[in-house]
Amino acid sequence: MATLLIAEHNGQELAPATLSALTAAQQLGSDITILVAGNDAQAAADHAAQCEGVSRVLLAQGDSLAHDLAENLSELIVSHASGFSHIMAPSSSVSKDTMPRVAALLDVGQLSDIIEVVNDSQFKRPIYAGNAIATVTSSDATKIITVRAAAFDKAAASGGSATVESIDAPADAGVSSWVSDELTKSERPELTAAERIVSGGRGVGSSENFALLEALADKLGAAVGASRAAVDSGFVPNDMQVGQTGKIVAPDLYMAFGISGAIQHLAGMKDSKVIVAVNKDEEAPIFQVADYGLVGDLFDVLPELTEKL
Amino acid sequence: MKILVGVKRVIDYNVKVRVKADNSDVDLSNTKMAINPFCEIAVEEAIRLKEAGIASEVIAVSVGTSACQEQLRTALALGADRAILVESDAAVEPLNVAKAFAKVMEQEQADLVILGKQSIDSDNNQVGQMLAALTKRPQGTFASKVDVEGQSVAVTREIDGGLRTVKLALPAIVTTDLRLNEPRFAKLPDIMKAKRKPLDTTSFADLGVKAKQHIQLDKVEAPAARQGGVKVASVDELIQKLKDEAKVI
Repeated sequence: MATLLIAEHNGQELAPATLSALTAAQQLGSDITILVAGNDAQAAADHAAQCEGVSRVLLAQGDSLAHDLAENLSELIVSHASGFSHIMAPSSSVSKDTMPRVAALLDVGQLSDIIEVVNDSQFKRPIYAGNAIATVTSSDATKIITVRAAAFDKAAASGGSATVESIDAPADAGVSSWVSDELTKSERPELTAAERIVSGGRGVGSSENFALLEALADKLGAAVGASRAAVDSGFVPNDMQVGQTGKIVAPDLYMAFGISGAIQHLAGMKDSKVIVAVNKDEEAPIFQVADYGLVGDLFDVLPELTEKL
Repeated sequence: MKILVGVKRVIDYNVKVRVKADNSDVDLSNTKMAINPFCEIAVEEAIRLKEAGIASEVIAVSVGTSACQEQLRTALALGADRAILVESDAAVEPLNVAKAFAKVMEQEQADLVILGKQSIDSDNNQVGQMLAALTKRPQGTFASKVDVEGQSVAVTREIDGGLRTVKLALPAIVTTDLRLNEPRFAKLPDIMKAKRKPLDTTSFADLGVKAKQHIQLDKVEAPAARQGGVKVASVDELIQKLKDEAKVI
C-alpha cells in the first residue's frame, strides 16, 4: 500500500489542512509520498520533506500549474498515479475542483470529505449537511479521497527527512486559462487555520457593525467568520461564510454573535472545542450546542467583552 | 447554442433528515422531495441565457427513478424547452451519472452543461468535474458569474480566499454556487404548459453506458449530538469561565 497526498500550500509552506490530511494518510499505515505542484513551490516541498512519516516528496513546477487549473493539475496527478493505492487531498476549493476529475480519468469513484478512517477501504463521511454520517466502502484499486481537515489533528511538520524529487509539469491542456483573482485581503488568520474565530450572523445588522466583531477578533488574534444569513444579507463576502456550504471549521474557541444556529451553520462549526453564543433570543438553537451561552444584546456585549479582555 | 442542465430529485431542504431505525440509510418514505437547490440555480442560469438570446434551447436532464419526472416537469415549468430522464432503479453513483451525461451531451451536441456543484443529500460535489474529465472539456466549478463570449465562457469561481475568474473554451461544464442567481418560482400557467412539453425517457442500456458500483453504503448513523452547556449571566462571568474553566483565553 502506498498513498499519494496532494499538498495544499502557498508556495512557501504547507497549509495546515495538508497536515491534517497527512494524519489521515498515516492512519492507513501506508508509505506516504507528498506531491507539491505550483509554479514556484520549492520552499513548500522542503517543508513537506520535513513532515513526520513522509518518505518521498514529488515537486512539479511550471506555468501550467500556476493557477491550480484542474485540467492541468488532474493530468499531473493521473500521470503519477500508478503504484498508489490511495490518492488523498485535504478538502479545499482546489481539491474539490481537481480530485473528481482525477477519479473519472482513472475510472474510479471518489470518497468526498472523509471524517474517519475505519480501515484501508472503509471510511466515514457526512451526508445531508452533516445530519447523517455514512460508513462507506470503496472497492476500487485506487481510492480517491478528500479529507475534511477539521476532523483530524495536524501531523507534526518536523522529524522527517524525505527526499525531494523534481518531476515535469504537464503541458497546458489548452482549453482553459486563468484571467484574474479577486482575493480578500486580511491581516487576520485564515478561517480554516485559525485557533479562535469570532463569527457574526444576521443579528449583526450591517456591514459597518462587523467592525465590532473585528475589534474583538484583533484582541483575541482571531479570524472573523459569518453565517450564511449574514453573507446573503450582503454584510460580508462569501469567503467568510462558515457552514455546510461555506467553510468547515473546528477552532479551540468559536464565538457566535447574533447567529440563530441554523442546521447548515452548525454543520460547519459544531466540532469546535469551545462554543460561545451571544444572542438576544434565548430560544435560539445555537444555545443547544454552545458550551457558554449569554442571552443579551450583542451591541452591549461585544464592546464590553473587547474592553475587558 | 444548446444548454444541458442537470436536475436531481432530493429531499426538500426544509425537511429534517431522519435516519432509519436499522441504520441502512436515511428514511425518505412520505418525505417531501424537490429539485436540489444548486440544480435550481443551474436551471435559472440556463433560462436567463435563453432569455438573453444567447441560448437557443435548454434541455433538463435527470438520472434516477421515474419519480424524477416530477422535478423535470418543474424545470420545464421554469422555462426549459424539453427534458430527458435517464431512468434507473438504484441510487446512481456520481461517476455513473457523469457517464450518462457524457453520452447525452454527445448526442445533443450541447455547447454548455450547467450542473449544481453538489446535491444536498449525498454532498459529493463530483459529477460536473467527472463529466468534464470524461469529455476532455474544461470546467468552471462553484460559479458565481457566467459570461458567454462567442466561443468561450468566462466563469467567476468562488475559491478559498476570494474569487477567481477563468476563461473556458466551449463546450464547457459549469457548476453553480449559491450566489450565481436567485431562482424564480414557476407560475401556474407555466406549470400547465409544462405538462405538454416533451419529456423523453432513456436508460443506461440505451445510452450504452455500463453502470459500475465503486462505493458501497454500509451504514448510516445520526451524528453524535453535542451537549448544550450553561448560560452565563454577564460578560464578567463569561470571561471568568473562558479563562478558568475552558482555559481557551
